[in-house]
Amino acid sequence: MKLTASISPHIHKNISIKRIMYTVILALVPAFIGAIYFFGIRVIWLVLLSCVGAVAAEALAQRARKKKLTIWDGSALLTGILLAFNIPVNAPFWIPLVGSFFAILVAKQVFGGLGYNFINPALAGRAFLMASWPEIMTNKWSAPIAGTMSSIKTITSATPLTALKTGIVDQVATTQFGSNTSILNVFLGNQGGCLGETSAILLLIGGLVLIAMKYIDWRIPLAYIGTVGILMQIFHLVGVTPFDGVFHIFIGGLFLGAFFMATDYVTSPITHRGRLIFGVGCGVLTVLIRLWGGYPEGVCYSILLMNILTPLIDRTIKPKRLGQKT
Amino acid sequence: MEFLTFKGGIHPPGTKELTKEKSIIKAPLPKLVVIPLVQHLGAPAKPLVEPKTPVKVGTKIGEAQGFISANIHSSISGVVKSIESRFHPAGFNALSVIIESDETDEFETQEEQDIVREIHEPPLLSQSEILERVKEAGIVGLGGAAFPTNVKLSPPPDKPVDIVILNGCECEPYLTSDYRLMLEHSEEILLGAKLILQALNATKCYIAIEDNKPEAIKILKPLAQKFGFELAIVQTKYPQGGEKQLIYAISKREVPLGGLPFDVGVCVQNVGTAFAIYEACKFRKPLIERVVTITGDVQEPKNLLVRIGTPFKELIEFCGGYIDEPEKIIMGGPMMGITQPDDNVPVVKATSGILVVAKDVSQLAPPLDKTCIRCGSCIDACPMGLLPAKIGDYIANKNFETAKEFGLLDCMECGSCAWVCPSHRSLVHLFKYGKLKVK
Repeated sequence: MKLTASISPHIHKNISIKRIMYTVILALVPAFIGAIYFFGIRVIWLVLLSCVGAVAAEALAQRARKKKLTIWDGSALLTGILLAFNIPVNAPFWIPLVGSFFAILVAKQVFGGLGYNFINPALAGRAFLMASWPEIMTNKWSAPIAGTMSSIKTITSATPLTALKTGIVDQVATTQFGSNTSILNVFLGNQGGCLGETSAILLLIGGLVLIAMKYIDWRIPLAYIGTVGILMQIFHLVGVTPFDGVFHIFIGGLFLGAFFMATDYVTSPITHRGRLIFGVGCGVLTVLIRLWGGYPEGVCYSILLMNILTPLIDRTIKPKRLGQKT
Repeated sequence: MEFLTFKGGIHPPGTKELTKEKSIIKAPLPKLVVIPLVQHLGAPAKPLVEPKTPVKVGTKIGEAQGFISANIHSSISGVVKSIESRFHPAGFNALSVIIESDETDEFETQEEQDIVREIHEPPLLSQSEILERVKEAGIVGLGGAAFPTNVKLSPPPDKPVDIVILNGCECEPYLTSDYRLMLEHSEEILLGAKLILQALNATKCYIAIEDNKPEAIKILKPLAQKFGFELAIVQTKYPQGGEKQLIYAISKREVPLGGLPFDVGVCVQNVGTAFAIYEACKFRKPLIERVVTITGDVQEPKNLLVRIGTPFKELIEFCGGYIDEPEKIIMGGPMMGITQPDDNVPVVKATSGILVVAKDVSQLAPPLDKTCIRCGSCIDACPMGLLPAKIGDYIANKNFETAKEFGLLDCMECGSCAWVCPSHRSLVHLFKYGKLKVK
């Protein structure tokens, strides 16, 4: 009789990296379908090319480093999808390919692959594209093709945030943005923007499913969105921004960022308190960039900056142990 | 009713159906027993016999040495064959007394021979008599840690104990030995608890049962009332039966880091230990047998009353043998149990179960085969409030001092972190290794 010796525990929860990654990908499906509905069939090609770039870069890096190929564990695919969600629908086809390739190769594999990257690869890819081809990434907005567009027709070629930044929000537009119809419109996703970020409701559905399944921690999205909402409401009341807090949380990439990017395990703090701090930090930075920064949207850079602070947060926060004196 | 629980923990499948309905039956008398002289936490007992010495059931063959130690008794009648180093199921070699049976099963004292189980009168003993009998009987904690019970019942005078918790949680999956004991010997267990209270001068007694054991609750509820004890129905969650977790769940007291339960005036005793205390006080019966759940991939899983020193093999054969070629034989449950090199190892006082695994269900990769993705599941699962992922990283990087700073020594190796880890890191393996390095 030949027996196996091993250290306890001898049973294991039915969970794996693969399972988590593909669940998160599934949670992005509503927003993906929404993007096709709002921006057309081109969305599918952009997402597909982005995934191809990501998986190819992962394969290349792992082959070069003579590591076990883990390209189908879902993490590269997820990065590909998230990056595609962060580009405008009019972007040329090479943009997602180049962006995701950079994301995986430079932001992830150079540092050792999954678990070792210190910034979110998809966001690093987006920042790279923004810095390299700002024209493509910010100026070629397309208005949604579906649904009623009555309330945002004044800015058919701009997102609410670029409108805000460039000062084309006139009195009429402000009233329209302030009305219930347009809040409903932006909540549903009927607004200009990157292809996967516009529909708050569809992202919320996916995000809530992940929270209910305990795959992501509610603390980061709640702290993030809550901070943006509260601060923006205050700045709206003192007259700094024409949009109120509620409107601000539904525009731009906040829901995509808060539920799917800021919650990235590898680049966010591991403790509960650390995650709250991380979320609030992302919120404050987003508000600062949106109101006073050089870019119309601050979600991407806020999360990247907080990614960099994550090791510091993790070093500082130690939860109370059972029996530890406070 | 108040929800009694602790922070952290996990919900592994219980898998107790295999033996839940199986009454405790006596295992056949072994022909040969191997009785290690260390079956407890602390110093090994000193052998009192030599080869060829005749022994009876209950003959003291090992004398406790030092303050933390326990007596060892023969579990069968026969002749000492040899005293030699044998493999101990806890994973090391230990000096053991090997006894060959004469198959008469004659007891050392008449009192033990005449045990009439129907009589449940509390023995009238003084505090010191209780302690003396418990010590003489070589009783240790039967929940798994095997800490000498007489030591646990003698807290330092400046740390009086006011609360006794009878631990009937049995949160380890598969195991049902405590559960069956609670159903079949509930009154003896409570009488044992009464003796524990008397020994400690304690006033309050809680009987802790997880809320997935309604039959045990039904039986113990009226009995507890009769004894003036309180039934504490705690949440079904692993490791609810962990001493510090259970104390917190019931009394909201936190045992200080590195401290012991009596630092907060609590003493936790396993129900099996309470039963043994009752038998020791009432009949002067030493700890020569215990209930063991034989489960997993055996033909007929059972709850058996087993003589200490019986080889695993005989018990597995009594349960109809293996279903398939076994992959692992585990002493204890799947969360904290210890894998065995073969099936010749003997049952010791701490053997609560024997789990046979036919094909590998562990799915555990070698240490750090996959990297931590920092999901934080282990932090949510840790019942001690530690950061297992970080401590594991520090140990993997041989940074043992920082691992210690982050609470490595507060880890009780319950395995909750490794159970939830999506990267399948062998965290417990790392912690055991780290502890060896810092101690």
